[in-house]
Amino acid sequence: MTGLYRKRRIINAFNLAVSMLAVLFGLFWLAWILWTLVYAGIGAIDITLFTKMTPPPGSDGGLLNAISGSLIMSALATLIGTPIGVLAGTYLAEFGQRGWLGAATRFINDILLSAPSIVIGLFIYAVYVVQLKHFSGWAGTFALSLLVIPVVLKTTENMLRLVPNTLREAAAALGAPQWRMVTMITWRAARAGIITGILLAVARISGETAPLLFTALNNQFWSANMNAPMANLPVVIFQFAMSPYADWQQLAWGGALLITFAVLGLNILARVVFREKNPLK
Amino acid sequence: MATTEPMQDTSKISMRGLSFFYGSYQALKPLTMDIPDRKVTAFIGPSGCGKSTLLRTINRMYELYPGQKATGEIFLDGKNILDPRQDLNLLRAKVGMVFQKPTPFPMSIFDNIAFGVKLYERLPQGMLEERIEWALRKAALWDEVKGKLHQSGMGLSGGQQQRLCIARAIAVKPEVMLLDEPCSALDPISTARIEELISDLKQDYTIIIVTHNMQQAARVSDYTAYMYLGELIEFGITDNIFIKPRNKQTEDYITGRFG
Repeated sequence: MTGLYRKRRIINAFNLAVSMLAVLFGLFWLAWILWTLVYAGIGAIDITLFTKMTPPPGSDGGLLNAISGSLIMSALATLIGTPIGVLAGTYLAEFGQRGWLGAATRFINDILLSAPSIVIGLFIYAVYVVQLKHFSGWAGTFALSLLVIPVVLKTTENMLRLVPNTLREAAAALGAPQWRMVTMITWRAARAGIITGILLAVARISGETAPLLFTALNNQFWSANMNAPMANLPVVIFQFAMSPYADWQQLAWGGALLITFAVLGLNILARVVFREKNPLK
Repeated sequence: MATTEPMQDTSKISMRGLSFFYGSYQALKPLTMDIPDRKVTAFIGPSGCGKSTLLRTINRMYELYPGQKATGEIFLDGKNILDPRQDLNLLRAKVGMVFQKPTPFPMSIFDNIAFGVKLYERLPQGMLEERIEWALRKAALWDEVKGKLHQSGMGLSGGQQQRLCIARAIAVKPEVMLLDEPCSALDPISTARIEELISDLKQDYTIIIVTHNMQQAARVSDYTAYMYLGELIEFGITDNIFIKPRNKQTEDYITGRFG
């Protein structure tokens, strides 16, 4: 064994060890967070959590109005934000390579992507809530959809760019106009990646508190009225966790556990469903 | 100036003073050539000589990329296809292409072929099915896939995928077929099948094939163009090019002394 080779093996072992330590360090905190959540939140998970409204302090209750509010607003925000994000991402990847508009859109989207979500909440507050003079489910939905757009746009663009140009050439070689090529070929080839991006956006908005504080606010009661303040899990957790009442704190832990596992489940679902079906493999 | 022997066959494509640029780099020097109708013409030459570039001017595939342009004239049946008024999609429906690597679309075998057909024809389902069977038979793939037309085209072997791409190109009934090293990623058996196919197809189509494999050019083509450094060096009947090339450069390349 030459000295040079031995040295290289030592460096290799060292780098491997450091990388594994970094992995363990990251996993340690994640495991601790999950453990704390389960430990503190499991006591609140029972049937009343899903069947009763948020209670006044000291009485029995659940999170039904908050759960349904979160589901309604997240679903609507995804419905609004996804088509815009997918179409804009498609424009950037397939059409906007040459001009200034593509470069400008990409730059602005990157800013939107990294903008603090509270800024988005304040923006909707200023342009929508202040005009209507009341908080509402729609305001929360709009704020969340502004968070969906940049995530979906970015992943759509990136996934479409991974589609090999040979596939575009093959479609063009048959005389396919560009819109046919995009809708029939490249979207299909990138479908798994685009859907993963949408699920990531859903995961992101389902835990956002800041954009809802100034928009949907909260509602103690059952309400499906989108023009009235709407309960939602993140704001309820925020409010209940800050309260001095033990039963509220317990519900807050339960809600946090619920959101975390919903997001975790969504991510696992995305991976399992789309692992084998990558059409380019 | 290229050594070109007079051609007996009628020409389908005539290139006149054709040049090609990648940005400011000139990849093809002004070139004049006639491609005969319903024959197989091979473009040969060392890597980077411009043979694929030349092929891609005939369906203007280069238009997908900014900064690439062709100047001069290419007449297809007497009509200059480099004219900016030429509709690109209609041109490509008439001039089909098969690529180096198989490019099945992420859909079923049936839909792979139906995709191109549906672009320009409204066929009732029965006729569409007939057309697809016809194309698959022409491409010598029918027997292998007839029971699984609705499975993904991505699940076929490399050689089958390439024949699927050929079937897809044939199905739209083009007049010219451009083959860009169609066998370079295939094993000898698949290659032999595709070469047989090329000989069959030339009864109906004008075929141009780019190849690195000189035996292949000698086997399948009627005419051969030898290119080097962006220039057409020699063009003529394949047997003449391979047996008694008139140009010293061509002879050196073909005999393997250079290349």
